[in-house]
Amino acid sequence: MSEGRLRKLIMGDAQADRVVPPSGFTAQLTLFVSGAMAFLAVFALALSLASGRLANRWADELARAATLRINAPAEQRVAQTEAALTILRQTPGVASARAFTTEEQVELLAPWFGSALPIDSLPVPQLIEVIEGDPGYDGTGLRLRLQAEVPGAVLDDHTRWRAPLVDAARALRRLGAVSILLIAGATAAMITLAANAALAANAQVIEVLRLVGALDSYIAHAFVRRFTLRALGGAAVGVVLGMIGVWLMPAASNEGGFLTGLGFQGWAWGLPLIIPPLGALVAFTATTRAAKKRLGDLT
Amino acid sequence: MNHGPLKLAGCWGKTAERIQGTVVIELENVGYNYGGGELLSDVSVKLAPGSFHFLTGPSGAGKTTLLKLCYGALTPTSGRARAFNMDVQGLDRDQMAHLRRRVGVVHQDCRFLDHLPVIENIALPLIVSGKDLSQEEANLRELLNWVGLSQRADALPPELSGGERQRAALARSVILSPDVIVADEPTGNVDWDMSQRLLQLLVELNRMGKTILVATHDMALIRAAKKQVQARVLRISAKQLIQAGADL
Repeated sequence: MSEGRLRKLIMGDAQADRVVPPSGFTAQLTLFVSGAMAFLAVFALALSLASGRLANRWADELARAATLRINAPAEQRVAQTEAALTILRQTPGVASARAFTTEEQVELLAPWFGSALPIDSLPVPQLIEVIEGDPGYDGTGLRLRLQAEVPGAVLDDHTRWRAPLVDAARALRRLGAVSILLIAGATAAMITLAANAALAANAQVIEVLRLVGALDSYIAHAFVRRFTLRALGGAAVGVVLGMIGVWLMPAASNEGGFLTGLGFQGWAWGLPLIIPPLGALVAFTATTRAAKKRLGDLT
Repeated sequence: MNHGPLKLAGCWGKTAERIQGTVVIELENVGYNYGGGELLSDVSVKLAPGSFHFLTGPSGAGKTTLLKLCYGALTPTSGRARAFNMDVQGLDRDQMAHLRRRVGVVHQDCRFLDHLPVIENIALPLIVSGKDLSQEEANLRELLNWVGLSQRADALPPELSGGERQRAALARSVILSPDVIVADEPTGNVDWDMSQRLLQLLVELNRMGKTILVATHDMALIRAAKKQVQARVLRISAKQLIQAGADL
């Protein structure tokens, strides 16, 4: 689009704008559709960003942590724990290793057994938190050494359950992105329908305009500008409402997990602001194509 | 209504000095089929600059079709239509729009934009050609006065009488100072006095140098016109176009 055409689209032409009669239901349809779609797009964007953050966090944090479980008879548990800690401290790539205290283990089990758990009388394994350095440790070598020197030790680097979780979070992020594309496509389809309806309803107006020497580009522009501005206005309202909705969601907390983290953080609050111009661009493209086709079909 | 002699100074009234050649519109062996049936066959006619023509014939003979062929609203199924030395068939949509600015058309049903007041409907050709209306206000006022619609400038088209609508349509057709004015049954819905007034306006435009082509079945109108202007009368009969004789 040339600079002149863009300026004309934005600034408008009061005389030209009056030529096409304001058409009731297509105006309302365009406003409603662009508003509703922009509202949904805000949530899809929030979902996508939150999923991305979650995937990154799980991938980064959990990839650096592992758990060593000491399944040993009560009388050997302390000795095996000490032996395991010694091995871990000697292992290259292990940044730190720390045995969980009894209180910490009780706290871990509290959601299932309550906080008054007599942990000393139960065969609960001792847990050791292992933090990986950079570069990391050789997991296979460490397992072999532990097997030889601490028979009750089982190293769990979380790979088993971390990978599907990260995959799920990444899939959720892709789903959010696909939703935004679908929303854009649905908006384009609805606005194309509305534009076609407006063009069909104004067939006589188009005939008169052609009769008095209007270029098709002039006629198309009158419709395109109207639909583009309506889509921009509707999307702006939808985005504001969507952002208020996201803002009203509970703040992120460790207890709430994923759902309470569904929102924007920092600079990401600015991202929804690109939705109205994008909505206007979608409307501009859809209406231009519809007008071109419709005017081409009209003899 | 201004019934006195008119002194037209606006640009819309200027004589068409830009026309080159001896023919503004030419149909050469033109035929036209409508829904399988042949409506016009082997029609040839030349309209010279500044000439006045009536096109007559029974209802359904093809008068409106012939007019549309002249200003490019229809394409001949055979033969050739030319306007201002251009083949009408070969024009793209933009070129056709520019052709329409040189041929003012008055339809029997006028065809207005009902949501715009009369003055804006008359100014429509100026608006769509990107002219600044504030620069054209004096011309517009003069034109409104000429067609006797100064008091109805702000009325909406549905509020106008048949005669007022025809005069407004005529004013719209001349606002861009076209070289040719084509009118389809302009007096079809008006009384005798009003048809005489419309005829007077067309005669005045012809005296300014405009080429006039009027389709009508009103023989009395043609007889009245021939007393004021040298008009050629063409008749469509049996799909052919013939020059009418002295019976008119």
